[in-house]
Amino acid sequence: MVTPKVISRTTTSEALDQGYKWGFSIDIDSDSAPKGLNEDIVRFISAKKGEPEWMLEWRLKAFRFWLRQKQGEPAWANIHHPVIDFQDIIYYSAPSSKKDGPKSLEDVDPEVRAAFDKLGIPLNEQAKLAGVAVDAVLDSVSVATTYQGMLEKAGIIFCSMSEAVRKHPDLVRKYLGTVVPYTDNFYASLNSAVFSDGSFAYIPKGTRCPIELMTYFRINTANSGQFERTLIVADEGSYVSYLEGCTAPIRKESQLHAAVVELVTLDNAEIKYSTLQNWYPGDKEGNGGVYNFVTKRGKAQGRNSKISWTQVETGSAITWKYPSVILQGDNSVGEFYSVALVNNYQQADTGTKMIHIGKNTRSTIVAKGISAGHGNNTYRGLVKIMPSADGARNFSQCDSLLVGDQCGAHTTPYIEVRNPTAQMEHEASTSKVSDDQLFYCQSRGMSVEDAHSMIINGFCRSIFQELPFEFAMEASQLLKVSLEGTVG
Amino acid sequence: MPLLVIRDLHASIGDQEILKGVDLTVNAGEVHAIMGPNGSGKSTLANVLAGRPEYTVTKGSVQYQGHDLLAMPPEQRAREGIFLAFQYPVELPGVRAWQFLKAAMDAQRQHRGLEEMSARDFNRLLQEKVQQVEIDPELVKRNVNEGFSGGEKKRNEILQLALLEPKLALLDETDSGLDIDALRIVAEGVNRSRRPDNAIVVVTHYQRILNYITPDFVHVLMDGRIVRSGGAELALELESRGYDWVKEAVS
Repeated sequence: MVTPKVISRTTTSEALDQGYKWGFSIDIDSDSAPKGLNEDIVRFISAKKGEPEWMLEWRLKAFRFWLRQKQGEPAWANIHHPVIDFQDIIYYSAPSSKKDGPKSLEDVDPEVRAAFDKLGIPLNEQAKLAGVAVDAVLDSVSVATTYQGMLEKAGIIFCSMSEAVRKHPDLVRKYLGTVVPYTDNFYASLNSAVFSDGSFAYIPKGTRCPIELMTYFRINTANSGQFERTLIVADEGSYVSYLEGCTAPIRKESQLHAAVVELVTLDNAEIKYSTLQNWYPGDKEGNGGVYNFVTKRGKAQGRNSKISWTQVETGSAITWKYPSVILQGDNSVGEFYSVALVNNYQQADTGTKMIHIGKNTRSTIVAKGISAGHGNNTYRGLVKIMPSADGARNFSQCDSLLVGDQCGAHTTPYIEVRNPTAQMEHEASTSKVSDDQLFYCQSRGMSVEDAHSMIINGFCRSIFQELPFEFAMEASQLLKVSLEGTVG
Repeated sequence: MPLLVIRDLHASIGDQEILKGVDLTVNAGEVHAIMGPNGSGKSTLANVLAGRPEYTVTKGSVQYQGHDLLAMPPEQRAREGIFLAFQYPVELPGVRAWQFLKAAMDAQRQHRGLEEMSARDFNRLLQEKVQQVEIDPELVKRNVNEGFSGGEKKRNEILQLALLEPKLALLDETDSGLDIDALRIVAEGVNRSRRPDNAIVVVTHYQRILNYITPDFVHVLMDGRIVRSGGAELALELESRGYDWVKEAVS
């Protein structure tokens, strides 16, 4: 067993792109594994986290499975990128000032605290995000979780995944990998082997989580990958609204982010999962940016349970992501509301899978794609009605909006129906921001940029309505910032 | 100094010349009516003044408050006080009418060095104007022009006129397609916005609206030129004798 240790100093390169205001990096010592991936690295990560044997064994099984996936990365998506050298990535990086995480919020490194302040995520329980419990993840580790005390009183567990593995092993063992097994796909296998942190939440029976739970993911260290793993379990009759936000510094090289999120709802439970994805998208020529290869899936296991995904994807050079719902319980409900915006040379291949197994299961898909610059946007979605799913219903709507004439929008819906009682509806549209619309806004005094922003926000309205209020405001701002420089 | 001075204005869309030398002077406090048969260039004139990009000005000049209007992008013209009430207002799906109006208001206030209005102050002002122009208060909660009837769209334009208080209002056939009640309401809205320091140019095919809005000057536009100008009585003469009469007189 080796214990590699590298102290690295990070540097800023803010001059690369002024448009992305989250592009700063902080100068802190970090405790990193050397580049590359082998069994020793997997053991190293597990040891760093003080994990029990079963967890290490699971990681190793995943790693060996990943090695055997000869075909490599999935090639079916409508995305293009240079071959990723998986030996040229740092798989573990943590601020070195801590070992097992700060004991309390007061122990958080001031530099780290300041960085999160700058991102608008203050790590104290007042200020802007009062009323939202935040688990802040920097590179590979969770640096702080707020409001834990208050949540504990309600019986709710909200902590980093590392802490959950140590403190709540029974729950983690019971559910980890049950929705996304380590054999699921190339990136899910990789994540299962090397995941470093993430969030864990458990909402006990009959409990309505009194505040929003949030995880804020931040990549800092250069050449590092982020592989977080999130697991949320809503026990019978419970409810939770969970938010996820993410940003990364501006760097010339691309960075890999391969997360896995698993959700489980038991009878009558509901999880509402909202994402604002704002990883660094690369510069105007398409250099750098985060490769976002994410597997998100929920299992609506119980009767009358509900899983709702809402995502606003504005960042990343490449987004490859299909938050899905397995509708297993009778009368269960799955929802997917998405806004995906690509600009410059960004590529997105995103959508959902709704797998209907239980009777009278219902799913709704509303996907809005916006393409600007040389961006390429693909909606890819599967609705599958299994023979057992009597009375299943699906409504899908996919709308594409084009800005300019160099971008692309594609819609690839797959529908598989194996039960004659199913009701399916599919609507799709493609439109352009028209000159008449722009002139109308301009003739009232709005700039071309503000006019675009208003029209595009209008296009996304039905999705933003699904977001919690603060997130909706931020999403609207994000769209505006993401479009800067494309029009006018 | 006149508010607006148009000299020998020529404008085309594609290869087709539509305005072929328009001269017009508008002073603050005046109401001008521009009349003419279909295809004479009335709407083109209004749209060129507002800066619609499809039109190319090939010759001539437009001075607005002593500045070169043609050098300004459309949004700057609006901020400087030019307002076009559209003949066919477009729909903006998902954009709430009040939100659109507030954005317009904020953009114009910012240009004048004023602060953005608070949501509360804006709402109060908006409600006041909504009552004035007698439109359904629910309309401003809906998406801009989406599912509005023809009359509602026109009234929504007049609501914007009332709210933005422009120095030079250009009404592009605002009266077309309106029933008599809607016409009265629109005309009252226009009359209410008349002040000594602003001017209104009413582009219309019919004399009808001029029963409600009394113009100081009436101009007849034909084949891209103003061929005759006069007082309010000219409109009545046109009504009784038709455009052919002017055509014959000119040729």
